[in-house]
Amino acid sequence: MTQNENIIIESGDAIQPFAYSVGMHGSKFFTELRDNRRFMAIKCPKCKKVYMPPRGVCGDCFVEMKDWVEVGPKGIISTFTILRFAFIDPETGAQKPVPYGYGFIKFDGADTLFQHYINVKDETRIRIGARVEPVFSKDRKGSIRDIEYFKVID
Amino acid sequence: MDRAAIIGVGTTKIEKSKIGETFADMAWEAVNNALNNAGMTIDDIDNVVTTSSDFWDGRTISCMAVGDASGAAHKNVSCVEGDGTYGAFYGMTRCLSGSYKTTLVTGHSKGSQSVSSLITNSAFDPIYERALGMDMVTACAMQARSYMHRTKTTPEQMAMVSVKNHGNALKNPLAHLPMKITVKDVLESEMIADPLHKLDCSPVSDGCAAVIIAHESAATKFKQKPVWIKGVSFCADSFFFGDRDISRAKSLTKAAKKAYAMAGIHDPKKEIDVAELYDAFTYQELMWLEEMGLADDSMAGKLLEKGDFNIDGRLPINASGGLLSGHPVIAAGLYSMAAVVRQIRGDVGGFQVKKAKTGLVQGLNGLGGQSHCVFILDKDK
Repeated sequence: MTQNENIIIESGDAIQPFAYSVGMHGSKFFTELRDNRRFMAIKCPKCKKVYMPPRGVCGDCFVEMKDWVEVGPKGIISTFTILRFAFIDPETGAQKPVPYGYGFIKFDGADTLFQHYINVKDETRIRIGARVEPVFSKDRKGSIRDIEYFKVID
Repeated sequence: MDRAAIIGVGTTKIEKSKIGETFADMAWEAVNNALNNAGMTIDDIDNVVTTSSDFWDGRTISCMAVGDASGAAHKNVSCVEGDGTYGAFYGMTRCLSGSYKTTLVTGHSKGSQSVSSLITNSAFDPIYERALGMDMVTACAMQARSYMHRTKTTPEQMAMVSVKNHGNALKNPLAHLPMKITVKDVLESEMIADPLHKLDCSPVSDGCAAVIIAHESAATKFKQKPVWIKGVSFCADSFFFGDRDISRAKSLTKAAKKAYAMAGIHDPKKEIDVAELYDAFTYQELMWLEEMGLADDSMAGKLLEKGDFNIDGRLPINASGGLLSGHPVIAAGLYSMAAVVRQIRGDVGGFQVKKAKTGLVQGLNGLGGQSHCVFILDKDK
């Protein structure tokens, strides 16, 4: 009996391009973020919940939302993790340097949570309830990476 | 209302990598095991429901790859994407519709063939969330911290779930990771994403499971004594993770309450004898127990310490070893269902619990349990 051999068929550099529509709500959110460093959320006319990120429909009430509300830029950490294992960055395909912080931010004035990186320079200051503010990228392009990370300020 | 029962179950062994087998090969094995178990041939099956995920399978219309091996040729076949329990839910409704007497339900997945963090990352919103690298482990680490913060559950209590379930798996020949470990081993295993250590996390495994569901008019015509579906419910929560109180599982609470009501269960803590829960991470077993009312709020960790959830405890949880001991995504809920069916029949082997008249199966889909399905199975109609 010969040794097992794995025959490998590869797809090479083939990619599957896909263009997601960000929609009117995303357009406003990212334009305001890029041009004015403002965070725009949207409020349900029925339950008054302020949604971040903004979208067209309140799922709980099944009604359309049109009332824009500025929230933040400061907020609190609602929950967080510190990644210590190098996962592959879906943006670059490379391994992301560890450790890095990832958390849910509750902006002042918002009712739902916004996820982003949290600076881990001083891990001891990261806790549920800590106040944070965003650090913006210098070169903003209208994407979620226009925010570099959130940092603890208390 | 008409009734339905589970009359056959079949699974493959759960493994790290079934490199020698295609999806269809796995389905062939599980389906034939289920048919043999039920004492049926493929001609006795009226229709087929397969459960799979196109992303995990790396192809569009992933269900079609297993159709032939699942005996779907010349039959009505339909695909469900999500946990296997969702496929079973749909299979059951087909039996109750009056159109079919028997449904074969399969679920398959091979975690070994892809990079799991990229697959689970793809489940998030492409505009706001994906680009940051959010994935299953990151999401669940944040949920774990939130749950621990609210309930004061300790890392030691979470570690005990891992010790219990890996230990239970020593008696389950189908399990991927049977291990005799200690709380210290768990706490000293590599920190993946605070507060989750490596041994707080389930592996991503390969496997296929199949169950056969029958309308009551056909349920007693074959080899097995039927295990009756007494209650079932399926509920979904908001899509955006940040819209939910992630230390809670509102949709699970709702699903469990509906399933109990349908089954006529008033005190689930006393009336459920055995359960298989979706323990993709240690904290989840404790959290789901509380959210389903099988433990009081913030008390699951303490009850675990008392031994309540051991195989010989008051309410054995994941006697099979659970998903911590082998987690074929998608197929997972059907493995849990197969384990509970066999507990109720009394033929599960080494991890048989003493009393198993009424059992509970929980399946979920979506990061941190966005939607949940709860089945109440019973020896008696």
